[in-house]
Amino acid sequence: MQVCCLEMRNIHKGFGATAALVQVDFKVESGEVHALVGENGAGKSTLMKILSGAHRADAGEMFLEGEPYAPRHPLEARQRGVGMIYQELSLAPHLTVAENILLGMEPAALGLIKRQEVRARALQALQHFNHPEITPETKVRELSVSAQQLVEIARALAVGCRVLVLDEPTSSLSQNDVQRLFDIIRALKTQDISIIYISHFLEEVQAIADRLTVLRDGAVVGTYEANALTPNEIVQKMVGREVHELYPRSQRQHGEVILEINKLAGLKKPTSASVQLHRGEVLGICGLVGAGRTELFRALFGLDAIQHGNIKVGAFIGPASPTRRWLQGMGMLSEDRKQEGLALNLSIADNVTLSKLKGFGPWHWIQPRRQNRAAQNWIEGLDIRCQAPTQKVGSLSGGNQQKVALARLLQHDVDVLLLDEPTRGIDVAAKAKIYQVIDALASPSSNQQKPKAVLMISSYLPELLGICDRIAVMHRGKLGTARPAHELNEHKLMLAATGQEEL
Amino acid sequence: MTFHLKAINKFGPLLALVLVYLFFTLLNSKITSLTALETMMQQTVIVGVAAIGMTLIIISAGIDLSAGSIISFSSVVVAQLMNTQGFNPMLAACGGIFTGTFCGMMTGVLITRLKLVPFIITLGSLLIVRGFAKGLAGSMPINVGQTWLSDLLAILPPEHKWQLIPPGAWLMLVLAVLVSAMLTYTRLGRHIFAIGSNEHTARLCGIAVERVKTVVYALGGAFAGLSGIMLMSYQEQGDPTAAVGLELDIIAAVVIGGGSLSGGEGSIAGSLIGAMIMTVIRTGCQLNGWPPWVTQVVTGIVIVIAVAVDRLRHRSIA
Repeated sequence: MQVCCLEMRNIHKGFGATAALVQVDFKVESGEVHALVGENGAGKSTLMKILSGAHRADAGEMFLEGEPYAPRHPLEARQRGVGMIYQELSLAPHLTVAENILLGMEPAALGLIKRQEVRARALQALQHFNHPEITPETKVRELSVSAQQLVEIARALAVGCRVLVLDEPTSSLSQNDVQRLFDIIRALKTQDISIIYISHFLEEVQAIADRLTVLRDGAVVGTYEANALTPNEIVQKMVGREVHELYPRSQRQHGEVILEINKLAGLKKPTSASVQLHRGEVLGICGLVGAGRTELFRALFGLDAIQHGNIKVGAFIGPASPTRRWLQGMGMLSEDRKQEGLALNLSIADNVTLSKLKGFGPWHWIQPRRQNRAAQNWIEGLDIRCQAPTQKVGSLSGGNQQKVALARLLQHDVDVLLLDEPTRGIDVAAKAKIYQVIDALASPSSNQQKPKAVLMISSYLPELLGICDRIAVMHRGKLGTARPAHELNEHKLMLAATGQEEL
Repeated sequence: MTFHLKAINKFGPLLALVLVYLFFTLLNSKITSLTALETMMQQTVIVGVAAIGMTLIIISAGIDLSAGSIISFSSVVVAQLMNTQGFNPMLAACGGIFTGTFCGMMTGVLITRLKLVPFIITLGSLLIVRGFAKGLAGSMPINVGQTWLSDLLAILPPEHKWQLIPPGAWLMLVLAVLVSAMLTYTRLGRHIFAIGSNEHTARLCGIAVERVKTVVYALGGAFAGLSGIMLMSYQEQGDPTAAVGLELDIIAAVVIGGGSLSGGEGSIAGSLIGAMIMTVIRTGCQLNGWPPWVTQVVTGIVIVIAVAVDRLRHRSIA
């Protein structure tokens, strides 16, 4: 029997209480293109991080060409012949192509780099491609994205790599570049290099892969011949899970239109987005990472420039700065709470009240005591686990941080809430609380307040189907028509998100 | 445990000041004499006033390397206005503060419009402003006659001893209290902290980041301008070559006082204490007859220790 190029056996990995990978078996033959597919969060990246030595498995074994393989760090993985090409390129833009290819393993004598040999070895690695744009002397920043990607691949090949992992390699490539990349993958195959190909785009997977393995919730659903399944069947295997009764949905009544977007286009993405959001409605936006969902929010909220199209918020027409948007009654929750959403070394109270520092004392004075009192209300209302409102946000857990970020929108009392991945990376209890809050916002409340309108982005389909009234799918910058959630299922959403068919 | 850490956090710089002062008292008791205290006061005020403005800039995660140049420029402007234009001292002083404010505002506008890092912009304005100061003064100090401005930092005559410290020092303390209150109790103050802590969050929360930054640099310039008036009062001349490198003392005062160069942290009281620590070290070294190079080495060591302690403090709290 032929020895597998790579075998991962019975891999387990947990983060805290959550199991990210359960009993995963994964085999790649030499000279094979093996696709790894699954929803966001299914465990693909965790598996690849274990393969590349960035994480260590809690249990399980790995074999590389029959030899036991347990890399302690990414460098060791690279030396053993496992190369990774990530979605975000990791080149040093100011260095030349040759310097990048041999970075960290420059041939040297007495500390002096042998420039001739660097050049020769770079050329050797580059000859796989025959790309006119790439010469060893070119500075990497002068290259196009697709050419930079080739330099990364060349870097992996220069170490004599046996297994090459491509993580979403085509998400920033044009159609022609994708074809060229496929040609290169086929050429590498003939040299017996195994390729693990991770992609959301099922049509690409079927065009290039020999076999594919489907992951769902950290476990392997199965390994199949790539052409033995239809895209439909693949999607079914990716999502086949029950919807939990986690999602409250009270009786909602849609009121007047409060947000209207018409053919909105940003500088790059979105390319075209039109939708109407009513009071008392929760509208979900589904799509793959990189489809332009966050960019749509940023354009709406005035954080990014708009190329053309109309936005109408309540009675206000046209683009506006974030300052104006808050005044118009619109608030945004960022998908990246650490980098953008929260000022981590400021207190909970400061973070909650930052967008509207009014009403905390006479003559625009801000009395910290009143700020703290306002924050205390939300700490109780949202069940934020903390010692005091003066505690720094950075010391809270992810779920509690997210509640603080959400509390800012509630404290400001906005009418339109833009929520970007409101439950990403937080525990189930915090998720449940956030679903409750979203539902309460959209429902007619007892104290005569009009219901709010929620526009939310999520990559987690059960959540969208569970709490949204309508869902629209975004694919490569274009926002599709919003359909009532009860007419949809995960299967249809996944087909639309991967561009198989429109809703 | 956490309580102790918090206390050290708050009173750390004050504790350091007491320790440094005790150290020099043990070496040489002259440092407790009235004359020594009065000289130290005078020297602290010049750095201290500018440090109030620099604290705002550093809390907003910025830096202003042109402070020393602005101080000198302002002293030249005031002297020039009084000497050749015959302005009364009050108007001349306003002219100095206006000059500082204008320089700071231009810096702020350049930083926010060109989207360049403050370090580079103010490195440029350090030279530009110094050049203008020299041009205006003809590269020579301008002597000023005795006016009430000269009394700002003068040693108090016996009949005024009840004031305890010179009027200039009182002015610094009053301004320190006002700016401290501004930082805690007003929107501008909270916005400055937010921008320094996380500029993206500030923008997301609708804070007019560019406007606030410009205001911060203008305020920084205004305080540097006022510091220039103090310098002129102390030296009784407008000197275009004075205060070279003083911006480093000012920045050091803020950092010793708990300001973080990555923004979001700092306090006015801390910065003033930082300025005092530096003066105590300088005076102490002089009184012991140590050569100037020792003073520099000691000051340098204290700055490094202050920042290292700051790091440790953060690690143990986080």
